[in-house]
Amino acid sequence: MKALLLAATAVLAFCGSAYADTIKVGVVGPFSGPFAIQGKNFKAGIDAYMALNGSKVGADDIEIIYRDVPTPDPAQAKALAQELVVKEGVQYLTGFYFTPDAMAVTPLLEQANVPLVIMNAATSAIVTKSPLVVRTSFTLWQTSAPMAKVASERGIKKVITVVSDYGPGVDSETAFKKTFEAAGGTVVESIRMPLSTNDFSPIMQRVKDSGAATVFAFLPSGPTTLGFVKAYNENGLKEAGIQFLAPGDLTQESDLPALGDAAIGLTTTFHYAVSHVSPENKTFVEAARKAIGNPAELSFPAVGAYDGMHVIYKMIEATGGKQDAQKAVDAVKGLAWESPRGPVSIDAESRHITQNIYLREVAKAEDGTYYNKEIATFEKQTDPGLAASK
Amino acid sequence: MQTIFSVAVDALAYGMVLFVISIGLSVTMGLMRVVNLAHGAFAMIGGYIASYAASDLGLGYGVAMLIAVIGTIVIAVPIERLLYRRIYGAPELTQVLMTIGITFCVIGIANYVFGPTLKTIPLPDTLRGPVDLGFRSIAAHRLFAIACGAVVAVALWFLLERTPFGVKVRATVDNAAMAASLGVRTRIIYAVSFAVAVGLAAFGGIVGAELLPIEPYYALRYMVTFLVVVSVGGAGSIPGALLACLVLGGIDTTGRYLVPEYGEFFFYLAVIAIVWIFPHGLLGRAK
Repeated sequence: MKALLLAATAVLAFCGSAYADTIKVGVVGPFSGPFAIQGKNFKAGIDAYMALNGSKVGADDIEIIYRDVPTPDPAQAKALAQELVVKEGVQYLTGFYFTPDAMAVTPLLEQANVPLVIMNAATSAIVTKSPLVVRTSFTLWQTSAPMAKVASERGIKKVITVVSDYGPGVDSETAFKKTFEAAGGTVVESIRMPLSTNDFSPIMQRVKDSGAATVFAFLPSGPTTLGFVKAYNENGLKEAGIQFLAPGDLTQESDLPALGDAAIGLTTTFHYAVSHVSPENKTFVEAARKAIGNPAELSFPAVGAYDGMHVIYKMIEATGGKQDAQKAVDAVKGLAWESPRGPVSIDAESRHITQNIYLREVAKAEDGTYYNKEIATFEKQTDPGLAASK
Repeated sequence: MQTIFSVAVDALAYGMVLFVISIGLSVTMGLMRVVNLAHGAFAMIGGYIASYAASDLGLGYGVAMLIAVIGTIVIAVPIERLLYRRIYGAPELTQVLMTIGITFCVIGIANYVFGPTLKTIPLPDTLRGPVDLGFRSIAAHRLFAIACGAVVAVALWFLLERTPFGVKVRATVDNAAMAASLGVRTRIIYAVSFAVAVGLAAFGGIVGAELLPIEPYYALRYMVTFLVVVSVGGAGSIPGALLACLVLGGIDTTGRYLVPEYGEFFFYLAVIAIVWIFPHGLLGRAK
């Protein structure tokens, strides 16, 4: 009996390999907890891509396996990535909302023979940690530096910067400061606030006292952004004509209904607005809204995920479904395509996405909803952060 | 000089918002001796109901607030009967485990029902926008929060110190068996005190929503701050909680104005110093 069972299992196993393979893709992201909405956007982007392009590449089925890291937790991210590679046998790792999580996984890639496609984590240095990393999101340098150009073009001379005191905040501050000072402007003061700040009135008082007519701010999206923008309005800074500039994280589409009228006129630079006008974006938004359920929740991580899936599909095509990380990464170097955010390509040197950065202003649509209205385009922006750190 | 006034007004406003939200917890911890880590969850439920009533049903701010406070109490009373009643007088660890469990359940339900996005409670026009104080402008709803804090402090002090109900509450807390044998219906006293505490939590959640916006993680995000206020003020002491909020609000706001890069260093330094010198809180009674 035992022998019979063994034989049966053996036959089954052989049958399995004779047919087309299932290629597994492991996604690590925040799917529960305070950042669950970002994970939801990852999933919506992936679902939208697979709904539009099918769940097969050639004869191979694609299977997505999700793993949850609710808050930045490098040790947990690494453990889950290891589990995905060893136990689930994934050929591709992707997702990653937070920089520390992505950083923790880079040392595994070579030995596991697995490429890592980053769908969000936005610190410049990650791509230098392993030659098997490709990124389809943005960096804070990429989105903040154009804002400094806008400021100097508008004839602004003095700016005060206010950022949350953590990696991306500091990146954003440095990017703005360097670019703005190179263009001849002065940053009169740079304030770094703790992440847990709830009451921003004293900060607004500092901004007023600094004498600068423009404030450049960066905070992570969510409750703090809401408090910050409200404090800007209520402490009379908006009335006093102090301009508010920021990267687009602050006016993320899912936060706009809560920000309401307070956000109107905020000027931001970013790589993607849900309202972007193009046929590609129309198709994408339709599919992604269907996948996410509530249309108001759709925002930028979804497009990072959508393009991430595009890169992975191209990798699978190039390797014919065989596991060969280096070949897969080489195949997408220089790959160019039309993304929902506009024309993009993977820079062959840095493996980071080259894309348009848009200058936007928050406006009210006719139906009473708020959106980021694109008013100018900076074409084909690479990541200036890597060059700056060399 | 103008800056000093300005920072002082900010400190007062922040302190009063903290007071309105935390005072309910001071009641449950000090008078009912329950370490109620679900306090933030009840404040959040109040905020969600008010937000739903005001923005989805289009009701006025005052009506929405009333519905939210009553609604939260209606939700809380069965929870008190079924769950809290079992942990009165239980060891603190048991209370912490059960109430933190309730908190996680509420977070999950809120996330499922209302989604992970931020919710706001639309303010009436009179509370919207800045008010000119002569030397600076301040948000009208901040002044409203200061007024609410003052009213709550006086009303609660009167209820507990000057009414027959207050006498029964204090008697029940000090010795439930003796109070019961003197004819005090302790179960009802507990239920009513709990309802008052939950109602205050909901009220605080609504009044404070401009500063601490409503989202599913509200229930945990600000819990540490609430607990700090109660332990610094002395559990169960209303003047203590008020004093704690004003002192901590003042230190936090001034610190953030002068040296924002130190973050909450001065806030927690003050907490350590106060608790070291006054182990039972500023105005707490020794057990």
